[in-house]
Amino acid sequence: MGTAIHYPTWQGYLRNDGRKGIRNLVLVIYTVECASFVANAIAQGEEDVHVVGFPGCYDNAYAIRVMLALARHPNVGAVLAVGLGCEYTQPHRIAEVVRQSGRIAESFFIQDNGGTNSSILKGKAIVQGLKAAISHTPRVEMGLADLVIGSECGGSDATSGLAGNPVVGRMYDYLIDAGGTAVFEEAVELIGLKETLMQRGRDHAVSALLGETYEKATQYCKDVRQWSAAPGNFAGGLSTIEEKSLGAYAKSGSRPIEGVIRVSEQPPGKGLWLLDSVPDPHFMQFGYTNPNDSEGIIDLISTGAQIVVFITGRGSVIGSPVAPLIKVTGNSRTFEKMAGDMDFNAGHVLDGTKNLDESARDLLSLIIEIASGKPSKPEALGHREFFIPYKYQHTPSLSAGCRA
Amino acid sequence: MKQRAFVLHPADNVATALDDLATGPVALFGEGGLSEVQCREPVRFGYKIALTDLVPGALVIKNNVAIAEAFLEIRKGEMVHLHNIRSRFDERSGSLDHETGAPTEDFYR
Repeated sequence: MGTAIHYPTWQGYLRNDGRKGIRNLVLVIYTVECASFVANAIAQGEEDVHVVGFPGCYDNAYAIRVMLALARHPNVGAVLAVGLGCEYTQPHRIAEVVRQSGRIAESFFIQDNGGTNSSILKGKAIVQGLKAAISHTPRVEMGLADLVIGSECGGSDATSGLAGNPVVGRMYDYLIDAGGTAVFEEAVELIGLKETLMQRGRDHAVSALLGETYEKATQYCKDVRQWSAAPGNFAGGLSTIEEKSLGAYAKSGSRPIEGVIRVSEQPPGKGLWLLDSVPDPHFMQFGYTNPNDSEGIIDLISTGAQIVVFITGRGSVIGSPVAPLIKVTGNSRTFEKMAGDMDFNAGHVLDGTKNLDESARDLLSLIIEIASGKPSKPEALGHREFFIPYKYQHTPSLSAGCRA
Repeated sequence: MKQRAFVLHPADNVATALDDLATGPVALFGEGGLSEVQCREPVRFGYKIALTDLVPGALVIKNNVAIAEAFLEIRKGEMVHLHNIRSRFDERSGSLDHETGAPTEDFYR
């Protein structure tokens, strides 16, 4: 294994901000729950039009940063922001930021427009215009060095740590050696691994930061009195959060960790990064440990990941908007039972028909195919779950810390 | 073909079942010193089997990491799970159903 391997390239989409995407989407964003029905109806039946939004009437700096990061994502060409009209989050402010990135953006309020039916008609007309405009997005050659690949595990069982996650970790090693970027998260599933984690730091400063991130995650779980393990994990043979963490950690592979980034921050360089999505201490206590898998996936996509790999043991059916989700399982029984939902069987490593390297290279080949345009299984089924909650994280402004 | 379990590291005192194990000999693959262990009871695919006797308070080691502590006597070859080991961090998991992992708090009334 080394830099001598020659990988195929493919045609991506070149954005005005210089970044390359693997899909060419219109993103409809709703700025309060009351606008979600109209936003979904606007996107209904439209190819390559995705929806995300925030349900709260009161705004939240963190949620706005996530929405802005998704709106300016390399896979997104244009944005329509739809609000009801009385909420705090401002659709026209979102549209303004998106335009500054060189993308086309529109916005309107349902209350200004006269209600459900007229808003759906207006929205659909706008979306037709946006789709036509971005059909002229220039194509550009893309390779592994242009990719940021996120990884998340969910519905874990004992195979996750033995096959699913290790295969993704080895794939990450190949990706990074080829000049690509990898982002893993779930700091709340690194419990009991503080020293192991710190030893992976690129230098002393990063090691110290990894230690702090570990302590924050552990303290948060203690404060909310819930650790990131669910009944299915236990039924699947995992006995403790420590054992689950052992498996989860394996998806990070073996390359040095370059640093820790926060939600909506873009990795400042190539290589492997840990995404810290745990809330910072605040006068309000937000959320719950790792509330669901969709939250983590959206957090990864907010860092600019054009693809997210999802490792499951028990079986997961979710997908994601903006970036395709690639469904990997290390459990061959699950792969057969849920064949319509699973992209990749890492379980071959357990029955001895493939070794870790072979399996990792096969996964990388599949990733290149999906980057080239082949839909992943969740993508083909139309799964686009997302979750953007109220949260507090102290993060520098997007203009200070972003590549876009 | 003999039933199998996997050992991640030579320091481990548990192996993970790669098949649904029945009582009897189990072939060990991976990094451990043992090549075989006698399974004393059925152990489901993905669950753990003890490679040594463990006393209450003993740490369960998997991939050279402490993943739990025993709270009962465990004999070599027995199943290792919620009924005889516990997390050193998470208290709630100690109250979950040992078979299904389902919570036992009575919210549904």
